[in-house]
Amino acid sequence: MSDKGRLAIYWAASCGGCEISILALNEKILDVANAFDIVFCPCIMDTKARDVEKWPDRHIDVCLFNGGIRTSEQEYMARLLRQKSKVLVAFGSCACEGCIPGLANLTRRQEIFETVYFETASTENAGRVIPLPETLSNGFHLVLPVFYDTVRTLGQTVAVDYYLPGCPPEAPRIWDAVVAILEGKLPAPGSVIGAETTCCDECPRTRGEKKIKAFKRTWQIIPDADTCLLEQGLLCCGPVTRAGCGARCPEVNSPCIGCYGPNVGVEDFGARMIAALASVIDSNDPDEIDRIIREGIPDPVGTFYRFSLANSLMRRGALVPDAERLELPRPKIAAQA
Amino acid sequence: MQREIYEPKIIGFFCNWCSYRAADGAGTARIKHSPNVRVIRLMCSGRVDPVFVLKALSLGADGVLIAGCHPGECHYIEQNYKTMRRFALLKHTLRAFGISERRVRLVWASAAEASQLTEAINELVEDIRTLGPLRWPANWAEDDGHLPAVDRILLEHQSAMEIGR
Amino acid sequence: MAERVGVYVCHCGSNIAGVVDVAEITRWAGTLEDVVVSREYKFLCSSLGQAMIADDIRGERLTRIVVAACSPHLHEKTFRRACANAGLNPFLLQMANIREHVSWVTKEKQTATDKVKALVAGAVARVKRHCPLEPMPVKVNPHTLVLGGGIAGIQAALELGDAGYPVYLVEREPSIGGHMAQYDKTFPTLDCAACILTPKMSEVGQHENIKLLTYSELEEVSGSIGNFKVRIRRKARYVREDVCTGCGLCIEKCPRKVVDEVFEAGMGYRKAIYTPFPQAVPKIPVIDRGSCIWFERGKCRVCEKLCPPSAIAFDQQDEILELEVGNIILATGWDLFDCRRIPQYGYGRLANVFTSLEFERMCNASGPTGGRIVLRDGVTVPQSVCIVHCVGSRDANYNTYCSGICCMLSLKLGHLVMEKTEAKVYACYIDMRPNKKDYEEFYWRLLDGGMLFVRGKVAEVTDMARLPQEEGKLIVQVEDTLLGKQRRIPVDMVVLMGAIEPRRDARETGLKAGISCSMAGWYIERHVKLDPVATMTEGVFIAGACHGPKDIPDSVAQGAAAAARVQGMITKGTVMIEPVVASISADNCSGCRICNNLCPFNAIDFLTEEKVSKVNPALCKGCGTCVAACPAGAITGAHFSNDQVGAEIEGLLWDAHGDGQPAMAEDALTLELAVS
Repeated sequence: MSDKGRLAIYWAASCGGCEISILALNEKILDVANAFDIVFCPCIMDTKARDVEKWPDRHIDVCLFNGGIRTSEQEYMARLLRQKSKVLVAFGSCACEGCIPGLANLTRRQEIFETVYFETASTENAGRVIPLPETLSNGFHLVLPVFYDTVRTLGQTVAVDYYLPGCPPEAPRIWDAVVAILEGKLPAPGSVIGAETTCCDECPRTRGEKKIKAFKRTWQIIPDADTCLLEQGLLCCGPVTRAGCGARCPEVNSPCIGCYGPNVGVEDFGARMIAALASVIDSNDPDEIDRIIREGIPDPVGTFYRFSLANSLMRRGALVPDAERLELPRPKIAAQA
Repeated sequence: MQREIYEPKIIGFFCNWCSYRAADGAGTARIKHSPNVRVIRLMCSGRVDPVFVLKALSLGADGVLIAGCHPGECHYIEQNYKTMRRFALLKHTLRAFGISERRVRLVWASAAEASQLTEAINELVEDIRTLGPLRWPANWAEDDGHLPAVDRILLEHQSAMEIGR
Repeated sequence: MAERVGVYVCHCGSNIAGVVDVAEITRWAGTLEDVVVSREYKFLCSSLGQAMIADDIRGERLTRIVVAACSPHLHEKTFRRACANAGLNPFLLQMANIREHVSWVTKEKQTATDKVKALVAGAVARVKRHCPLEPMPVKVNPHTLVLGGGIAGIQAALELGDAGYPVYLVEREPSIGGHMAQYDKTFPTLDCAACILTPKMSEVGQHENIKLLTYSELEEVSGSIGNFKVRIRRKARYVREDVCTGCGLCIEKCPRKVVDEVFEAGMGYRKAIYTPFPQAVPKIPVIDRGSCIWFERGKCRVCEKLCPPSAIAFDQQDEILELEVGNIILATGWDLFDCRRIPQYGYGRLANVFTSLEFERMCNASGPTGGRIVLRDGVTVPQSVCIVHCVGSRDANYNTYCSGICCMLSLKLGHLVMEKTEAKVYACYIDMRPNKKDYEEFYWRLLDGGMLFVRGKVAEVTDMARLPQEEGKLIVQVEDTLLGKQRRIPVDMVVLMGAIEPRRDARETGLKAGISCSMAGWYIERHVKLDPVATMTEGVFIAGACHGPKDIPDSVAQGAAAAARVQGMITKGTVMIEPVVASISADNCSGCRICNNLCPFNAIDFLTEEKVSKVNPALCKGCGTCVAACPAGAITGAHFSNDQVGAEIEGLLWDAHGDGQPAMAEDALTLELAVS
C-alpha cells in the first residue's frame, strides 16, 4: 500500500469538461500523480461503486466531484462519496451551482421526456415508450435511476467541504487548490476556494461612466477592444462574476457569461445582474425602460442565471406557472397541495 | 378539509420618509385595512435589492409590495428612479420564472397619502387572494419516490455480481 | 457566543392591548431562540418603562433589545437613549411597529395578534445581526447661507448676525425686501410696510456680520451639514459697488424706459439702469442687459459719462464665489398665481381687472400712480370695486389649498379703497378666514365701516351688459348663497386675490440644496407639527412662504426659528452624524464603477491608483441605493445590511415555511447510508 493520498474524481450530470480541465494542468499532472493515487474515476478507470461501498468511511482523502444531481444514482453516489471521503470538493460549476444542466429547472421531467422521446423530428416511438424507474422484462426485475424534476447542486444534497467554481475551473486555479490542500492552507470548511472580487478586477479594459440606451447582442456590434464591454451595450456579466479565469472572454471581445458564479458572500447571481443592469439603463421613463429591457434581454433567466439557476434563491421555474394556474377554477379555501 | 379564507402573506418594503410615514399615518387616522402586508422599513426604496424580493418569495411569501416616494420627491433626490428600473427588470425575470407580475408591485405614496396607500394594499391583497398561494418551496420538493430510490441503489449493488479485489 | 435578546411588548394603555393579546405575545416571544427576557408593560416610553429595560440590560446581561410598540418615528430615539444610558450601544435595538401598523388598523383580534407575532419574529431575527455603531462627530462651520432676502430671510440673517455669527445673505433681485417691499400697508395694524421694513433692511445693509450678495443666484451646493460648499454667481451689475454713492443721477438721465414687470408688477416703468425702489438696499443700481441701449446696439453710455465717481463699468463680468458654510436657510418666498389661467375672470382681457399685487402697487405712495386709486386709464376714480377671493386657491382645477392671507388682504385693500375714495367695495368670498391675533376684529371694523360682503364664489367677470345700468361696467356674476340668489354686480374695478404659489423654480432650488418639494411645490419640512423649519436634510432649513402660504408674522417667526436652530449648532461646535452609511470593501471591489453614477450626493469616489471605488462617509446620507446596486456585493449598508434585512424577511415569514417544505439539505447531510 502506498503512502500517497487517495484521490477520487466523479462525474454526475456534467459534460466531461472538468476532467479535461484537470488534464490542462499539463506537466503539473505529474506532481498530482506523485502526491495522490487515483482510486476512483469512472472517466478513466474501471473501479466499481461496489468497491467504494466496501471501503471504510473517510478512506478517500480528496474527492473532486463534478456534475449536478439530477437522478437518484447521482444522489446516491454523492452520498456514498461524502461518506467515504475526508474532503469532498464540489468541482466545477455543475456541482457548485448546477451550471447548464441546471437550466433544465425551467422545465420538468414530463416535458423533457415528451420532447426527447416523442416530439423530436427524427424520433419514431409509436409505442410511446419512456424510461421507467422499474419494469419487468422476461422475468427479470429491471431498474433505472429515477429522473428528478429538479436539478440540485452537490451542496443541496450533501455537506460539501470546498467549492471550486468555474465552467470549467481554469487549470491554474485547480493547481492553486491542489497546493492549498497539500500544504493544509485551506479556508474555513464550506468556503469557495477562489478570488474574493469579480472579473472586472482582471479585465484590462478601461471602465468609465455606463449609460445604456439599448442592450446589444454579440452579433450586433464589433466591440471596441479597449473599452468596457458593458459600456458598449453588451450584456457582460463580468461585474458580477467571481474572478479567477483571467477575464479570458472579455479579452477576446466576448462578454463574460458568468461561469465562475457569484462573488463571495453573494446569495443569488441573477439578483446582482438585475441590480447591475438596472443601474446602467439610461432612462427614467417607465415605457422606455420596458422597451429597452424587452428588446435587449429576451431571455432573462438564460442571461442572468445561465450557470447558477439551481443554486439561486428560486432554484427553478414554477412547476405550475401562475399563468396556467389562473385558468384553473379557484375556490377561496385554504388550499391543500 | 376546512373551509377557510386564504390569507396571502405579503412582505412590504417601505421607505422611511414617505411610504412608511404614510402607513403610520393610516394608523394615526385609524384607517382599517387588510393586515396581510408585513412591513420592513428601509431608508429608501432604492435600498430594495432584488435579492430581498427573491428571498421573500422563495421563503414562502405570496407577494411583495415595494412602496416609495413619488418620482421627483425622493428624500434622496432621485433614487426611486433606480428602484423603478430595477423593478422593471425584476418583473421581467419573475415572469420568466412563471410568477405573475400581479404578485410583486411597486407603488408610490407620499407621507400624506395614507388612504391611497391603504387602498393599494387592499387591492393587492385581494388580487393575490385570487391568484392563490405561491408556496414557492413546494416547487422543489420532490415527490416521495426519491429517497427510497436512493436506498434501492445500494440493494441493487449488493445483489449484483461481486467483483473481487 | 449566542446573543441574549430582551423583548418588551407595550400595552400603550389600551391602544395596543385593546386589540392585541399582549400576554400571549409576551409568552410566545419568550419561546424564540436566544430570547432570554420577555416582558410586557403599560407604557414602555415612560421613565419607569425605560428603567425596566435598563435594569434588565444590566441585570440580565442583555446584548440585544426588541421593543414592540409604536412607530420608530416616535420613540426609536427614546429607546436608543435608554439603551445607551444602560451601557448598551444604541444601535443594538430594533422596534416592531405594532400600534400604527397593527392595533390601530386591524379589526379582528386574532388576526392582529398573529400579525404581531410575525413582526416580533422579524425584529428578533434582525436584531441579532445588528452591529454596534458610533456616530461621527463633524465640526460646524459658523458661516451660514441665507437664500432669499425677503422678510423671512432678513429676520434670519439679523438674528444670526446679532448673535455674532457670519452670514451670507443671497438675493436674486438687485435689492432685498421681497414682496413686503411692494406693499403699501400691512394688515391688521395698517402699518406702512416700508416704514417697518426699511429699518430692518438698513440694518442688514450695514451689519458687520452680514455679507449681502444681491443680484446673485445659487448655482450649486455640495457637502453636508457643518461643511457645505456653495457656489454663488454674482451677476454683473455693470456698476462698481466700491465706488457708487447711490446718488441716482444715472437713473435720472437714462433715456431708456421699460415696463417694470417685477417690482411694479407691470404697472409702472423703470429705466434700463435702475434700483427697484427708492429705499433699495443696497442703493447701487443695476444695468439690465436686456433693455440697455449700449448692449443692444452699441450706443449711448450716458450713465457712464455723467457718473460723478465713474462707477459705471460696462466690462464687468459675472463673478463666481465659492463659499464654505455650515448651514443653509432657504427663504425663497412665493410667486403670484397667473390669473390669466382663469379666463372667465377676464384678467388680461378686461382692462380694469387687477391682480392683488398690481393693486398694491397702485395704492403705494411711491408707486406708479402716486398712491391714487384709478382705473387703467390712469385718470378715472372708480365708484365701485369688487374684490374676488380664492382666485386659484381652494379650487380643484388649480390649487386645492387655501392661500391663508387673501381674506386679510382683501380686508386691507377694501379699507384702502374706502379710505382713499368714495367707492362702494364688495368682497365675494367662500369663507372669511381672519384666524389670527386681531384679525377677526379687523374684519368687524370693515363690516362696520360699510364694506359689502357677498358669500359666493364668483362665476364670471364680464363686460357684456344685459341691462342699461350695466353698460360700461364690469359685471361680477356670483351666487349669493346667503340670499339664495344669483347676482350680477356692476362695478368699475375688479381686484383678484390670486393664490400664493411656490416659486416657479422652487423645485430646482430645493434639489440643489438636497431637499424636495411636496406635490403642490412647497418645501417639505421634517415634521408637519413638531419641526416645521427643519428639513429631512441635516443642515438645510426653510423659513417663510417657501414652506407654505403664510403672513408676515409667521414668516418672521420662522426666520427667527431657523436662525435659532442654526445658532444652536454653531455654539455646540460639532454635530453627530448618524453612522448609517455605506462602505465599500476594497478587497471585494473590482472597480467596475457601476456605483459611481448612483449617488446624488457625490459621496462615491473612484480611486484611480487602487482601481477601486470608495464612499466618503461624511457625504453619504445612507439611502442604500449603491448597496443594492453593487454587482460584486462589495458595498455594505450599516444598519441595513443584506444580512440584517434577510434575517428580518426570514423572521417575518416564520409561519410561511409550513407546507411544501422540501427535504432540506440539512436532513440529507445527516442521512448516512447503511452500507456494508
